[in-house]
Amino acid sequence: MQRIGVFICWCGSNIAATVDVERVSEVIRSEPGVVFSANYQYMCSENGQQLVKNAIKEYNLTAVVIGSCSPRMHEATFRKAAEEAGLNPYMVEIANIREHCSWIHKDREEATEKALVLVRTAIAKVNLDAPLQAGESPVTKRALVIGGGIAGIQAALDIAEAGFEVDIVEKNPTIGGRMAQLDKTFPTLDCSACILTPKMVDCAQNEKIDILSYSEVEEVKGFVGNFSVKIRRKARYVDETKCTGCKVCMEKCPSKKGLNEFNMGLNNRTAIYIPFAQAIPNVAVIDPEQCIKLKTGKCGICQKFCGVGAIDYTMKDEFIERKYGAIVVATGFRPLKPDKFNEYGYADNKDVITSLELERLMNAAGPTDGVLLRPSDGTHPKVITFIQCVGSRDTSGCGKPYCSKICCMYTAKHAMLIREKYPDTEVHVFYIDVRTPGKNYDEFYRRAVEQYGVDYIKGMVGKVYNQNGKLMVQGSNLIDNEQVVIPSDLVVLATAIEPEPSVRKVATLLTASIDTNNFLTESHAKLRPVESPTAGVYLAGVCQGPKDIPETVSQASACAAKVIGLLVKDKLKTNPCIAHPDESMCNGCSQCANVCAYGAITYVDKEFRLGGGKTEVRRVASVNPAVCQGCGACTVTCPSGAMDLSGFSSGQIMSEVEAICKM
Amino acid sequence: MKICYYPGCTLKTKAKDLDVYARLSAEALGVTMEEIENWQCCGAVYPMARDEIATKLSAVRALDYARHHGGKLLTLCSACHNVIKRTNEDMRSDKDISSRANNYLALEEPYRGETQVLHYLELLRDVVGFGELKKKVVKPLNKKVGAYYGCLLLRPSGVMAFDDPENPTIIEDFIRAIGGTPVVYPFRNECCGAYVSLKNAELPKKRSAAILESAKEKGAEEVITACPLCLYNLQVNGGGILPVRYFTELLAEALGVKE
Repeated sequence: MQRIGVFICWCGSNIAATVDVERVSEVIRSEPGVVFSANYQYMCSENGQQLVKNAIKEYNLTAVVIGSCSPRMHEATFRKAAEEAGLNPYMVEIANIREHCSWIHKDREEATEKALVLVRTAIAKVNLDAPLQAGESPVTKRALVIGGGIAGIQAALDIAEAGFEVDIVEKNPTIGGRMAQLDKTFPTLDCSACILTPKMVDCAQNEKIDILSYSEVEEVKGFVGNFSVKIRRKARYVDETKCTGCKVCMEKCPSKKGLNEFNMGLNNRTAIYIPFAQAIPNVAVIDPEQCIKLKTGKCGICQKFCGVGAIDYTMKDEFIERKYGAIVVATGFRPLKPDKFNEYGYADNKDVITSLELERLMNAAGPTDGVLLRPSDGTHPKVITFIQCVGSRDTSGCGKPYCSKICCMYTAKHAMLIREKYPDTEVHVFYIDVRTPGKNYDEFYRRAVEQYGVDYIKGMVGKVYNQNGKLMVQGSNLIDNEQVVIPSDLVVLATAIEPEPSVRKVATLLTASIDTNNFLTESHAKLRPVESPTAGVYLAGVCQGPKDIPETVSQASACAAKVIGLLVKDKLKTNPCIAHPDESMCNGCSQCANVCAYGAITYVDKEFRLGGGKTEVRRVASVNPAVCQGCGACTVTCPSGAMDLSGFSSGQIMSEVEAICKM
Repeated sequence: MKICYYPGCTLKTKAKDLDVYARLSAEALGVTMEEIENWQCCGAVYPMARDEIATKLSAVRALDYARHHGGKLLTLCSACHNVIKRTNEDMRSDKDISSRANNYLALEEPYRGETQVLHYLELLRDVVGFGELKKKVVKPLNKKVGAYYGCLLLRPSGVMAFDDPENPTIIEDFIRAIGGTPVVYPFRNECCGAYVSLKNAELPKKRSAAILESAKEKGAEEVITACPLCLYNLQVNGGGILPVRYFTELLAEALGVKE
């Protein structure tokens, strides 16, 4: 029998307001095995931890139960405290009486009863706990960055700066991401390319950074410090090592009708192309869906004209496998397609465009060489109406429930740039709220209103329709309490941003959690904002939540700091809660190895004594403790019940269930 | 087939055409509309107050009657349809409303939104089928017609689940089925001004005229609707820009049953 100490935390009023903590610790005191029971206002505080430590020493405790918040919050804290008092840290169990109890119940009586059950359950488990020793595993001193936008670029540069090798895997033919498509950046109106492309060049020139463009992560094995990643290098049909970026192939290519993705489909590109002038790597790529040679076998013009013999139509996807200690996810976003919003007529009117399309129309390297012309007829628009929150803060189901955060600022930027460049243009902005917190942000927006005379209208737009060639924007002006109709030449939809859809695949490969909006979940919203709950995986940029460039860069650098902190270590402590087979029961059926997501289980032939001097050789499972993550899949799969998990044994779980059912 | 039918007050007085032609056409299509017994006013707009129970009761009585007589309730007036469908949803999903209404009515078996509410247009689309309807047309319309939806059929779109509130197609499909050419115009789902005509006629005048103007500009020769109040506003306050009729009248014409 263990000598158990039970410590009930009030968590200020978080627990104590709903759970009668005094009663819980009083009732629990008489449970078998419990030799000490106390409650305290903040068990995680220094005083609270001291209380635990003192009790361990004074009462010779062999096991500790803490009734507090989720183990994800403070399990590590209390294990450390117990260890400092001389107890094995795995002799500590947490009963989650906050998230699982006080926060979700209103009735004090009910909540107190439930807290009692939860604490008794933890006692049932701790009774069967055995001291565990953490092992060690080496750290591969190389990082992987998935996504080569500004987040990935910044993270890679910072990690490389500390002397570690970094690979950037980018699915597109060039790094640069969304920021490369922007014209100017708020709130300073720097040219986006001017501040981004030098960083892209830095990446290319940094000998610690390897850019794997036009590549995708296919498979991830291993765990923190020891990831093994399979990367698909998509067939580019152009030899990266030979291509000089001379663009002769682009001049000669006869297939010119591909939609130019970089310009949001506003103009066309050839089948062989370099996405934009400052692309890194500055190497051509062939679109196999569009290339005449690849589709019909006839053409081959680019190969004929390529002076360095870089074109290879027979190229196939290749796979490489590399080892990493840490992984940064920086997969970014895409603007929401507004075609579900029939009221704005995006699908029916060429002159209803999205903000990112406007960026390209304003950009000197864009389809109109930076002259703002309507897509329909190439004339200068004289009246431009912006509609904010298209798809953001939307509960109709067509859009997203969240605020996309960047739209108020970029719309103010667009409005201001247009008024600056074309002062005779009338600019209206429909908004629900203008949200511009941030350094120099509100001043920026005020400038649009006060200095540039942009007409901000509080209210939403109900309909955009075409009448005699004018786009009639019908909306409400809530301040004047009237309906307004603005005949416009161009309508710009400030569309919501959503995580790049490929993030779902990446999250699955990494077993990183993701929320209902496809944003990756951070380990703790406030205190561990750049770490995924999956150890060794870090989050940078919009894949974690809507954010602008300064925030993205800060987060990327924060990720880099975390990665560097991990990579400087030579060894990591491993989780001792891992699987182990009872060899006398194992019949070597392989079912556990089949379900192991980490490849931790192999089979060995072992000799067993049968008594009477006889022996037999049997095939039995063997778990690699450095690879096993303790997920428990093998334990529930094993048909003979031979596989068990230290710290979460079948016996412990059954005793927990019994403790709950007793109530 | 037979189906329970809720006509509503206006269809017995001002909007007789909507009702009469609907019945004649339904018979021609093999559907008998059986007026439910002892129906009362649906409550018009009043039951939509969240804390109001008494005015929801007549809708619940009608729904409960239909539950025991085939499980479907056919409506025709847009306003009644809106009230009955939304009350049905409240009875299905709002515990508070449902228990208060059931406590009051003390039905043999509490009503929990089991009845399926069908608008006449949904009957044509989903039960008869526009393809079948087309086969039975004897006098194709051969006219450019603008569909006027108004608000009540479409919104709130989640509960009504009638069609895309911003880009509906059901009445256009109907027009096509009876041999006409639908005219899509931007104001077809704008509000006509509704009851504001009682207080301030200027507003519905402006709105109704804008609707008909919009339809005319896109080439419509006529506008059709399913709503008595919309018809009133478009006819009385619309400035006579285009003729406005109930969709059932055109249906009866096309089927050759208009007397």
